[in-house]
Amino acid sequence: MITLTDFLVVSVALFCIGLYMVVSKRNAIQILIGIELILNAAILNLVAFGKYDKVNNSGQIFALFAIVLAAATTAVALAIILNVYRRYKTIDPNEINKLKD
Amino acid sequence: MTLVRVLFYFLSFIAIVSALYAASSKNLVRSIFVFFVTLFSLAGLYVLALADFVAVTQVVIYVGGILVLILFAFMLSGKETLNVLQKQEGKFLNIKKLPAIILAVLFFIVLVNVVFKADVNNLPWVKDAISLKNEVTPTDIMIDNIGVNLMTRYLLPFEAISILLLVALVGSAHLSRKEGKA
Repeated sequence: MITLTDFLVVSVALFCIGLYMVVSKRNAIQILIGIELILNAAILNLVAFGKYDKVNNSGQIFALFAIVLAAATTAVALAIILNVYRRYKTIDPNEINKLKD
Repeated sequence: MTLVRVLFYFLSFIAIVSALYAASSKNLVRSIFVFFVTLFSLAGLYVLALADFVAVTQVVIYVGGILVLILFAFMLSGKETLNVLQKQEGKFLNIKKLPAIILAVLFFIVLVNVVFKADVNNLPWVKDAISLKNEVTPTDIMIDNIGVNLMTRYLLPFEAISILLLVALVGSAHLSRKEGKA
């Protein structure tokens, strides 16, 4: 039987990898991938705990909501990335340092 | 060592290793495609957590939608992206990455400690759920229950999230339009 601790350790590892990507990458798309990894770690936790709620299914339903939220986040983030690229000709977050040109 | 456990270790190994590769790869395209592998193995892990509907949704929305969106953004942001990547050649453990690695490793140590200290297998409500047979078993079919709950108990969050999705899609279409025309 797989215990809850196993799932939590896997999701902790994924969270830390995502955190590393968000902090260290110099490319907005890779930072976005890091954010997706963090979201997936959270969804894995929700699903793992949701196993112990058969009647209300709260874990699985909120995992579905989190997936939909991730989709909305990605759509908006990519629109912002395209706009930033159009204006600055780069998507390196270190070089985007003006609010208005 | 049952088959389920072997599958669990196999899938989590693939998920973590491919996520590590996506984090360490210099090549953006490779990193995106390896992230694809991570998402698939996470869908397998959801199946092992007895959430098959969430696993299917993960495959449809993440792999079918989000990854294609990321690929589009990569292609539309053009050659400049690749130039940025060429500049930062060097080893994985170069000195600029060191603070990020230290942060991630410390976070990992703290969170693993928290997980083991919390002793999640013996939480009171988890024990209650097991004793009251409120636990999903591998032979249960949860999809009809999810549908009924979504339309009754969780109707308000469901409607809220549908409005939010509409707003986000209209907003992103507005953000990415051509300048000066509208």
